[in-house]
Amino acid sequence: MSLVEITFLILSVIAIGSALMTVLSKNPIHSAIYLLICFSSIAGHYLLLNAQFLFIVHIIVYSGAIMVLFLTTLMLLNLNEETEQHKPAMARLGALVAAIILGLVLVAAVSKTATLMPMNNNTVDIGSIKALGKVLMDEYFYPFEFISILLLSAMVGVVLLTKKEKTTVA
Amino acid sequence: MLAILDVVSIKYYLILSAFLFTIGVFGVLFRRNAITIFMCVELMLNSVNLLLVAFSTYHHDASGQVFVFFVMAVAAAEVAVGLAILVTIFRNIHSVDIDDLKALKN
Repeated sequence: MSLVEITFLILSVIAIGSALMTVLSKNPIHSAIYLLICFSSIAGHYLLLNAQFLFIVHIIVYSGAIMVLFLTTLMLLNLNEETEQHKPAMARLGALVAAIILGLVLVAAVSKTATLMPMNNNTVDIGSIKALGKVLMDEYFYPFEFISILLLSAMVGVVLLTKKEKTTVA
Repeated sequence: MLAILDVVSIKYYLILSAFLFTIGVFGVLFRRNAITIFMCVELMLNSVNLLLVAFSTYHHDASGQVFVFFVMAVAAAEVAVGLAILVTIFRNIHSVDIDDLKALKN
């Protein structure tokens, strides 16, 4: 086994294990920390796949922004105690069966599918900031600009949602 | 430069992403805390992102990575709005348990 294979295996095991712990741990704060580990291993996968730009963006957006948002909300709502009750046993069993069947279908579908296109062995770099920036500003200019509108409207929406409603004078 | 997909077949990435997606679906069905459900949705988005990057490297096409970039932006917006809605719900019913959100049913 080469070093790359071993790295892939370790990262995959960490990703799947911490994803499972995200679902199964009772305390939401622990869930968030396990999710952070999972995201970090996915970032490692990006680095293995030579996608340096996405590696950096993934770390900044997920480990930086989104996890801070999650943890701040958890602390704001004071959910750090293990107050959550479980679903009834039948619902949990149903969730487990549904997930196992979905996993079986997905794995069966992807492992029986023949590869249509052969791998492209071109060695030109596509994952660096320079290469990706050119594609982003060339072919995907308008979607890129619309993303800014989406983020702006999300920001306005969040401010509007969390603003305290004024009590109407009776 | 060693290409990883020469060593690790694309099928392993397919199976890894399928597992991560399944765990995300399982979490959405299994948990009652709405914030944890959001985390599981993020997990599903990330599994799809991982597969997009893998196929982008496989076909040597940068469009897949641009698409991942867009998915990340949409996910960030979604989490911000979703958590704001949750904070508003918590302010009204003092719980983020999804089984308590049955007000429309009655």
